[in-house]
Amino acid sequence: MSANDFLSGGFAPAPESADHFEIKKSYDLFIGGKWVKTAKRFETTNPATGEVLSEVGLAGKKEVNQAVKAARRAYDGVWSKMSGAERGKYLFRIARLLQERAREFAVVETMDGGKPIRESRDVDVPLAAAHFFYHAGWADKLAYAFPGCEVAPIGVVGQVIPWNFPLLMAAWKIAPALACGNTVVLKPAETTPLTALKLAELFEDAGLPAGVVNIITGAGETGQALVEHPDVDKVAFTGSTAVGKTIRRAVAGTGKRFTLELGGKAANIVFEDAPINEAVEGIVNGIFFNQGHVCCAGSRLFVQESVADKVIKKLQKRMELLVVGNPLDKNTDIGAINSAEQLARIKALVKIGQEEGACMWQPSGGVPRKGNWFKPTLFTECAQSQRIVQEEIFGPVLAIQTFRTPQEAIAKANNTQYGLSGGVWTDKGSKIFKVTTALKAGVVWANTFNKFDPTSPFGGYKESGIGREGGLHGLSAYCQLIH
Amino acid sequence: MLLKEGAIRFPVVSNEVFPFPTRRDSPVIDQVGVEERAQRFCARSLKKETKVTALKLAVTMLDVTTLEGADSVGKVRQMCQKAMRPLPGDPSVGPAAAVCVYPRMVGTAVKAVQGSPVQVAAVATQFPSGQMRLKERLDEVRYAVGEGADEIDMVISRGQFLQGEYRAIYDEVAACKEACGKAHLKVILETGELTTYDNVRYASDMAMAAGADFIKTSTGKVPIAATLPVTLVMLQAIEDFYERTGRMVGMKPAGGISNAKLALQYLVMVREVLGAKWLTNQWFRFGASSLTNDLLMQIRKQETGRYQSGDYFTQD
Repeated sequence: MSANDFLSGGFAPAPESADHFEIKKSYDLFIGGKWVKTAKRFETTNPATGEVLSEVGLAGKKEVNQAVKAARRAYDGVWSKMSGAERGKYLFRIARLLQERAREFAVVETMDGGKPIRESRDVDVPLAAAHFFYHAGWADKLAYAFPGCEVAPIGVVGQVIPWNFPLLMAAWKIAPALACGNTVVLKPAETTPLTALKLAELFEDAGLPAGVVNIITGAGETGQALVEHPDVDKVAFTGSTAVGKTIRRAVAGTGKRFTLELGGKAANIVFEDAPINEAVEGIVNGIFFNQGHVCCAGSRLFVQESVADKVIKKLQKRMELLVVGNPLDKNTDIGAINSAEQLARIKALVKIGQEEGACMWQPSGGVPRKGNWFKPTLFTECAQSQRIVQEEIFGPVLAIQTFRTPQEAIAKANNTQYGLSGGVWTDKGSKIFKVTTALKAGVVWANTFNKFDPTSPFGGYKESGIGREGGLHGLSAYCQLIH
Repeated sequence: MLLKEGAIRFPVVSNEVFPFPTRRDSPVIDQVGVEERAQRFCARSLKKETKVTALKLAVTMLDVTTLEGADSVGKVRQMCQKAMRPLPGDPSVGPAAAVCVYPRMVGTAVKAVQGSPVQVAAVATQFPSGQMRLKERLDEVRYAVGEGADEIDMVISRGQFLQGEYRAIYDEVAACKEACGKAHLKVILETGELTTYDNVRYASDMAMAAGADFIKTSTGKVPIAATLPVTLVMLQAIEDFYERTGRMVGMKPAGGISNAKLALQYLVMVREVLGAKWLTNQWFRFGASSLTNDLLMQIRKQETGRYQSGDYFTQD
């Protein structure tokens, strides 16, 4: 009997093939509808193997300036004057092209970022297409979206996005901006530039007028130059709270509009009357989705005393089944940690958790030797005053606390600097309303977790950010509403 | 009573009965959550040797079934041959676990499978509706057992369950268990008529407490038969029951599992919910009639790299 025999509990390798498209050896910046070479370049790697995938241009101040100028030209010359119906046509076309090339985008997203193909295929790419479709529909109906207002675009939007959902975040940012008549300069994250660059190729295929979307790759300095550029009218950022604060300082007093979508430390609250098996699954989806690289991850679990042992036992049993390994394998549940830096940060915080007295548990399976990996991990006997409970780990690490009364759960859940998301598990409808309204978080799920839809606004309270993305709220952040 | 020589008997069934559970003893089920979880098993991808082992395993778990008014002695005999030798000339495939027939056909089936490990299962208790007095339903069980049935597939009184007469269900299962004697008891919940996952979970818990050796989804006679989520709910009930009592109970989804791909998804689910311990025909069965040939076709495809025409697989 081999190790891949069905009865032994394993799976024969089932990799998604990566041979039906090309990742170019090098990519340039996409500015004004043209590919612009830069003197400085940097490499992007596959975090699961360490192999170099491609080399991309590093945009300096000069290129940022060029990109903003191109966007301004496109805004003044074409995009702001185009009718909503025409803008909508482009967005519909982009959405359809993205669907047609879904497999390619999913594989590249997985290779560049480390997330399991199951997620990039079933979540990231379909949702990205859905965002373009949704906003395409609004493009010619903005007057109806905001009755009684005259709706005008804002201008040139500078957008900086993170590495955890590279394509999806690009869609969240670009789609509403274009629907409302703005033009865009977007900077993808340093470690995951490829799907944004592929998206630029797709814009070319869609015949999007030159300069409407400009994509410039680079690191923090490139993002800073973009945010600080005087001709940018609005800044949209998704990323860490520390950078978010810097951006807010940078835009203060400039008149630039801004939306920030930052970190989180969501509480997932399981009551004793919850559907326990489904709650366990929800906890797993909440914290182990995308290796826990999710700003709205359910990283704090509050479970009612009377069912705590049962829930933890079931959770451990479920975690034993999670397949950690090659992200391109269709059976993989947990992929690679996005970068060596992020892995080091997770390891450091986990070590602190152990030193501070929380009790760590990991499933028995191993991880591959090469690449960046971290096993799904849970901590029991956690306390509010531990750093693993207070700080965002941004990895597959769950901190569990028990509670006795709903009041206690609510108080502890809200006792955090963040306020992005939360979860409530109970079979009792009245309790759902009571607890969800008491949680100070932008998104609260009941009897589910990590569900996203373009129609639903997403964003945080406190240090989790300001402004909303998605739905009418998100749309309004890209318009001038003249009453 | 006809005795089968050389038949591999399953271990003596457990006669342990547990107290009547109330509805509050069963955990609540979230419909959206359980359906999502079931869907996730479908994302598992079985390839190469994993797939071959699973396909061959599935063949040994078949309860090859015919439950028609038009069933004849000849048809049942032919079906028994198929159950014993699903792929003529390839002894690595099969035999199936059992044949499943109406009580009148038990004698024929017992004779036909004599000397083979194939078991004979009979549906009883006024299958499929169960709409008869308990006395006559138990008589039917005793008749089938007397004819030599190794396994009895009973139906519960769904009408009484929906009326809230839960105790009656517990009692009828316990009475059937007693009437079965040494025969295995499979309890058909007819999940399509119980309508909610909460009902399915409670009926499962009750049937197991009353002594069921197997719990089974459906008769195959109502429009909604076995589904992945409903089977998941029942597997979770078995898991919790085993945790609590240490007693293993078998699972049989029946009806609607017509292709190999779906069958493998069920097996993945069993493996991930209950573990490899349940992956034998002692603890897991498929109630199906058209599934057999698709499994055989897929096994051949894995071996030869090509699909063969339907004419290379026997129709019975």
